Amino acid sequence: MSLVEDAARSTAYRRVKSMFFRALTLLALAFVLGPALWLLIGVAVKAVPHWSWSVLTSVPSGNGGGLENAILGTLVIMVGVLVLAGTLGVLAGVFLAEFVSINAKGKERGVVLRTAIDVLAGFPSIVLGYVGYVALCVGLHWGFSLLAALIILSLMVVPYITKATETALRQVPTAYREGAEALGMRTGYGLRKVVLRAALPGVVTGLLIALSITVGETAPLLYTAGITNDLPNWQLIHHPIGYLTYYVWTDWNQPMASLHYISYDASLILLVMVLSLLIVSRVIVARTQRHSESVR
Amino acid sequence: MGGDESMPVDSSSPVTSLVRRGRRSRRTRASASFEDRLWHVATRVAVSLPLLGLAFVVVILAVKAWPAIKVNGPGYLTSSSWQVGNFYGSIQHTHGVAHPQGAIYGAWPLIAGTLESSLIAILIAVPVSIGTAFALTERLPTWLAQPLGFFVEILAGIPSVVIGLWGVLELGPFLAQHVYPVVASHVPNVPVLRYLRGPVGYGEGLLTSGLVLSFMIIPIISATTRDLFRQVPVLPKEGAEALGFTEAEVARRITIPWVRSGIIGATMLGLGRAIGETIAIAMVSGSVLGSVAPNLYGTMTTIAATIVSQLDSSLTDATGFALSNLAEAGLLLALISIVVNLAARAIVRRSGRLMAPVGRG
Repeated sequence: MSLVEDAARSTAYRRVKSMFFRALTLLALAFVLGPALWLLIGVAVKAVPHWSWSVLTSVPSGNGGGLENAILGTLVIMVGVLVLAGTLGVLAGVFLAEFVSINAKGKERGVVLRTAIDVLAGFPSIVLGYVGYVALCVGLHWGFSLLAALIILSLMVVPYITKATETALRQVPTAYREGAEALGMRTGYGLRKVVLRAALPGVVTGLLIALSITVGETAPLLYTAGITNDLPNWQLIHHPIGYLTYYVWTDWNQPMASLHYISYDASLILLVMVLSLLIVSRVIVARTQRHSESVR
Repeated sequence: MGGDESMPVDSSSPVTSLVRRGRRSRRTRASASFEDRLWHVATRVAVSLPLLGLAFVVVILAVKAWPAIKVNGPGYLTSSSWQVGNFYGSIQHTHGVAHPQGAIYGAWPLIAGTLESSLIAILIAVPVSIGTAFALTERLPTWLAQPLGFFVEILAGIPSVVIGLWGVLELGPFLAQHVYPVVASHVPNVPVLRYLRGPVGYGEGLLTSGLVLSFMIIPIISATTRDLFRQVPVLPKEGAEALGFTEAEVARRITIPWVRSGIIGATMLGLGRAIGETIAIAMVSGSVLGSVAPNLYGTMTTIAATIVSQLDSSLTDATGFALSNLAEAGLLLALISIVVNLAARAIVRRSGRLMAPVGRG
């Protein structure tokens, strides 16, 4: 019906409409790229002229100082999340990809598990932070602490690692597993030596994405990690820890210009960390896709 | 393993050595390898721990919210007052729950702010994302489309606090000075568009929040849409063009309908992120409690932004009622985003894309 109507319209009208569409797509792209460049360049322009390398080597003091405590704190939190969420997430992904049993109808079980992990992936981070504060910092008397922050952040990022691991394992051809078994390897040994090794790039990508999320989080950390100007001391509980996003969040509306610079410096460091993590993960994906036999 | 010697065969022949290896492996499997069992146990524990964590979170939230739910009743959802009461005055009891005198909480402004800002974000982000995906897959040459596509993808990783900083210090003031006044004075006074009129403020408010949110979700939606467009087979498109379809008609009648459910799913994922976004909104919304924005430029707040900005001061309430109210708000937010996310996954599952790398606050 409408197709016929369209065809009945003049060719000139349709050609103009098509050109209009073309222009709109490019306009949309510009609408994405423009603000993005504005943001990235804006942060760089504000941070670079006042940049001094002492930001990396001194702690906040008065109306200035540096961000050493925050940089080290963010790195400590990254390491902690990598250990805690990485272990749990990868193992959970292995379970979903390899050990979920088939029911009588020939369908995979684990629907409830996957749904719950999806729910966790979409859970609002501030609500997790609230519960972390109420239950861990206050309820268990941990106070603002590294462990509370790690548990809450890990809850947040585990779904991403699990999904990435599961997807990577599912892309390993079944022939690999059959080959391993035909060579007489036990399931666990074959999993470790053959299947997981083949899936490693995908797993690493998931871990890097989880780390990039960790670096950029603020809301769940404010009320679990607390804040301190001291350097991190690896104490799990009773000691707050500094992190970069805190200084962006608090220093921008302070009266002193020197604190605004700290805010932009922290933003710049955050951007460099997050973007390099994502670029590395992307390079891994590109490299392995070139060699894989089946590009999805 | 040590039972090889019992085999009465000539071990020098390659055939028998193969046989022997086969027997050896079967024997060890029968003795149930330790590593196999370790894998089973460890993965089972690993998959259940986060889920226990989720259950724990929901239970804590419900327990904490219960006093507030009892006192506020269903009117909580529609009332617009957010008065913490007098923390240093007398303590009252309602339904056996202690709370400061004059504490009246209503979440309507928070709910309205959350839904309005997310709706604005979706209204901007969906057409822009589809347009971007078209530009990247159909219009631009590969040497340009590939790096640009990658660039758009990694934008999803920019920390929301940095986007908030940019939104409140650069985007908001710029819009309030150069864009909003022009729009507000030229828009006709008719329904819907009326909300674009009126005082434009200083750049912190509903429209700025919606714009900032849209920048955060565009990378998610456009990256997914681009991948979906690539999966559309080329033959139907070429066939349509052979029939005389213009480029726009091919897009509208072939490409978009082909992947519609995927686009809807990606949009819902973006909506889920927009609803739960905290820090950026806390920075650019103007953070007023207890009132709905009168027009698109008005200051407002969302559920998530309220929790993050009020948690500190709610600790001053010795009765714990303010803290309990934040739990009720959090429970509400959790319910909304769970519904949105489950709907999104149900739709997206068919297209089976790896989750986009997104932070949430």
